[in-house]
Amino acid sequence: MSAPLVEIRHLAKSYVRGGQIVPVLADITLDINAGDLTAPMGPSGSGKATLLNLIAGIDKPDSGVLRVGGVDIATLGEAELADWRAANVGFVFQLYNLMPVLTAYENVELPLMLTGLSRAERRERVELVLAAVGLADRMDHYPNELSGGQQQRVAIARAVVADPRIIVADEPTGDLDRHAAAEVLGMLRRLNEDLGKTIIMVTHDANAARAAKAMVHLEKGELLPA
Amino acid sequence: MAVPLAYVARNLWTRRLTTVLTAGGLALVVFVFATVLMLDAGLKQTLVSTGEYDNVVAIRKGSETEIQSGVTRLQAAVIETHPAVALAADGKPLVSKELIVLISLRKIGAQKPSNVIIRGTSATGFELRPQVKLAAGRLFAPGAAEIIVGGAIARGFEGTRIGEKLHFAGRDWVAVGTYDAGASGFDSEIWGDVETLMQAFRRTAFSSVVLRLASSERFESLRADIDGDPRLTNEVKREQLFYSDQSRALSTFITVLGMTLTTVFSIGAMLGAMITMHAAVANRVTEIGTLRALGFRRAAVLGAFLAEAMLLGLVGGLAGLAAASLMQFASFSTTNFQTFADLAFRFALTAAIVAKTIAFALAMGLIGGFLPALRAARLEIVDALRAS
Amino acid sequence: MFLLKLVYKNAFRHRLRTLLTLAGLAIAVLAFGLLRTVVDAWYAGAAAASGTRLITRNAISLATFLPLHYESRIRAVEGVTRVVRSNWFGGIYQEPKNFFPQFAVSDNYFELYPEFIVPPAQLGAWVRDRKGCMVGRSLAEHYGFKVGDVLPIRGTIYPGTWEFVVRGIFDGADSTRITRQMVFHWDYLNETLRKTAPRRADAVGLFIVGIDNIDNAAAVATGIDGLFTNSLAETLTETEQAFQLGFVAMSDQIVAAIRIVSYVVILIILAVMANTMAMSARERTSEYATLKALGYGPLFLAVLIVGESLFICALGGAIGIAATVPTAVAFRKMVSIFPVFAVSAQTLWAQAACAATVALAAAIVPATRAARVRIVEGLRAIG
Repeated sequence: MSAPLVEIRHLAKSYVRGGQIVPVLADITLDINAGDLTAPMGPSGSGKATLLNLIAGIDKPDSGVLRVGGVDIATLGEAELADWRAANVGFVFQLYNLMPVLTAYENVELPLMLTGLSRAERRERVELVLAAVGLADRMDHYPNELSGGQQQRVAIARAVVADPRIIVADEPTGDLDRHAAAEVLGMLRRLNEDLGKTIIMVTHDANAARAAKAMVHLEKGELLPA
Repeated sequence: MAVPLAYVARNLWTRRLTTVLTAGGLALVVFVFATVLMLDAGLKQTLVSTGEYDNVVAIRKGSETEIQSGVTRLQAAVIETHPAVALAADGKPLVSKELIVLISLRKIGAQKPSNVIIRGTSATGFELRPQVKLAAGRLFAPGAAEIIVGGAIARGFEGTRIGEKLHFAGRDWVAVGTYDAGASGFDSEIWGDVETLMQAFRRTAFSSVVLRLASSERFESLRADIDGDPRLTNEVKREQLFYSDQSRALSTFITVLGMTLTTVFSIGAMLGAMITMHAAVANRVTEIGTLRALGFRRAAVLGAFLAEAMLLGLVGGLAGLAAASLMQFASFSTTNFQTFADLAFRFALTAAIVAKTIAFALAMGLIGGFLPALRAARLEIVDALRAS
Repeated sequence: MFLLKLVYKNAFRHRLRTLLTLAGLAIAVLAFGLLRTVVDAWYAGAAAASGTRLITRNAISLATFLPLHYESRIRAVEGVTRVVRSNWFGGIYQEPKNFFPQFAVSDNYFELYPEFIVPPAQLGAWVRDRKGCMVGRSLAEHYGFKVGDVLPIRGTIYPGTWEFVVRGIFDGADSTRITRQMVFHWDYLNETLRKTAPRRADAVGLFIVGIDNIDNAAAVATGIDGLFTNSLAETLTETEQAFQLGFVAMSDQIVAAIRIVSYVVILIILAVMANTMAMSARERTSEYATLKALGYGPLFLAVLIVGESLFICALGGAIGIAATVPTAVAFRKMVSIFPVFAVSAQTLWAQAACAATVALAAAIVPATRAARVRIVEGLRAIG
């Protein structure tokens, strides 16, 4: 077994709210292997969203080691972190977070604008992933012309188009009806099982949690023993 | 890597009403700005282009305008014989002794009359000003109560067409021709025979003497001699400088008033831009968070919103400039404070004005959008994403 | 009252936006007020004119003179109480930009201008000193002239350096009187001309004619002009106001342009205000729908929006109006061309009217939209 993709050692994070320091995560040590579908579980306020944010590189820990693919991202500067995210992380949000003024095609193309690929190369990839999520015929539609489920699929396409190391999903089915939720979940599963993508997903959806191969339990910022 | 331009531009299009109102405010300011510049450029064009570089005007010492000046026949005779004066083909000095008087004429459609310059001149006077060309009719005959009318006067004032008569100095004067002096000040004058006019107005002295220099460098020696001659209470100036000096007060007034207004207005328009951009940022906080999460740097976000603000400025700027360029079809005439006579000039659009105007519009967008863009760039990713 | 409280709270929900809008409004109202004051200043001469004074000048133009001997003949016309000679001197004090009017006038000048208040001792001193001059209060304050100072003026129309001694300072009866001017003895000018340029002597620029009764103005004017028809120097006599308006007419295009620009200001601020109101209203669609669902009628909503607009415009307008007078005073100090530069009461009212109009115009569309919002759609709308 090779080294874990994500190595977390004694990670701590707290926020300052109204002059008071509120600890959110305390002494988290955890490994995530490449190809895992991990779902941090826990009650509201347990810190799972924060853990997700830290692994995704959109927030910085107060202390501890956070190595992803061998790189300790806790030590990276802001600009380096931005570049790192562009190359290594794909995001799926609860409310899809698509740019309303860009078409599905342009939304999916967005992460590729941060690479050095030519327009033709970008086109190839975008069309590929949009076909993979079954929305090749809706490339030129704007988000407000798509259903919730379709928008989330565009978001998934956007998340994988740059071939990131990890995909981070925050309540990906939270805003979808049962049918669309099942579709999206199926897609994430296929990404994980067929393409070996490492996925870390925070969710309240019981079905989604069941899909996880590895479960991580948090309570009041601390890991519970598995 | 920059945020795609499509994102910037389409966001302006999506909130059309707001964009139109904000760009509209900017366009109005740009219109005033450009029009003031055009008016001043038109005024300068008129005055800089009035006269020839190698023509020299002799007036009474201390007078600023021909109206205030007087040159006696004796003084004129002395000046005429100076070696620096060029000679015509027939050996006679290229000198024109001229009289300036003001008469009251009514502009077409106006209630009250304005002052118009009547210049008593001669055929030589015509020769000295190659920029003045007869447009219709013929030159006045020496000794006759005849006048020719400058283009701006013929267009703007009543009773000045060929064949019509003007009444002043106790007699009727027939307009026998019109002349075209381009954009120069001469276009706002009426010319007649100097001796006839002197007699009619009971003048014994000329207002000024205009001469052509034999060669350009001889101006200094001419000036020194005139200043030093005890018989003469005159001074000489190059014709172009003389006329441009006469408009300094008017030009300064227009520029100062115009620029003050524009500055004040631009503050108002920039506040409008700031309000719009601030709302744009506030409404797109989640998008900003998403872009940052995807890997776009703070600078890219700053750039995107600055670009949006400047695009807004550009749209307003082009609209305002387009409206201002229509002013080129209007003409403007007012009394020059210094000469007390009516002067017509146009709104002149130059490449420099276009450049300045666009730069001004972009600057307004930039300044108005700066603080909101900064705010957007300084958002923390987690906070921005949580805002949804 | 609930409504007022709601209006006030809504206005300050987006504090920054409201503050920026207030700033924009204040500046625009200020600019509008200043522009109107500039136009008023242009008409200052006409405003200060008296119905019992006529101006007689050469019919050809103001730059042509009238013979001195006309004076006694004008004096003899029925209805004329006194005649004053006046020549525009147009000299330069130190530098061309220090412009102020200088007139060579006959000794009875102040009799015809009762609105200028002169201490009798100073008047007497002036009459006795042929090189004396009288300086208006505004001019004296601007340059620090005091009684006894020597005033050197470089002549342009009448060449040479002329020295006058300040013998008195006159005040205006009210703020519309032009006290940014200087007068000296016509006789002194004429004497000097007789010696240096005799051909130019005995020539009067214009006669100021006092009449006994305002209603006789037209008759007296005709009478005076009739005396000199078909002579070498025909006259044109008009009321002082008509004369002053003639000056304004000379720059009428500039004045018109300034007026137009002042309306452009209003348009600019309307654009800014309409934008703010539209944005606010759009964001609160679901709130309006909620209020409607609760039972508040469309009129309530409309009043709410119009009220907010009025509140903001009133506040911004008030700031602008308050700033107008101090700004005008500062402007006057910097730019000295205008003899009178006072903010009139009408201007202040016009500014208020302007703010009110903008408030209403900016609120129309958002108010009607909010009044018409359908509850169901409104609640679904994400603000």
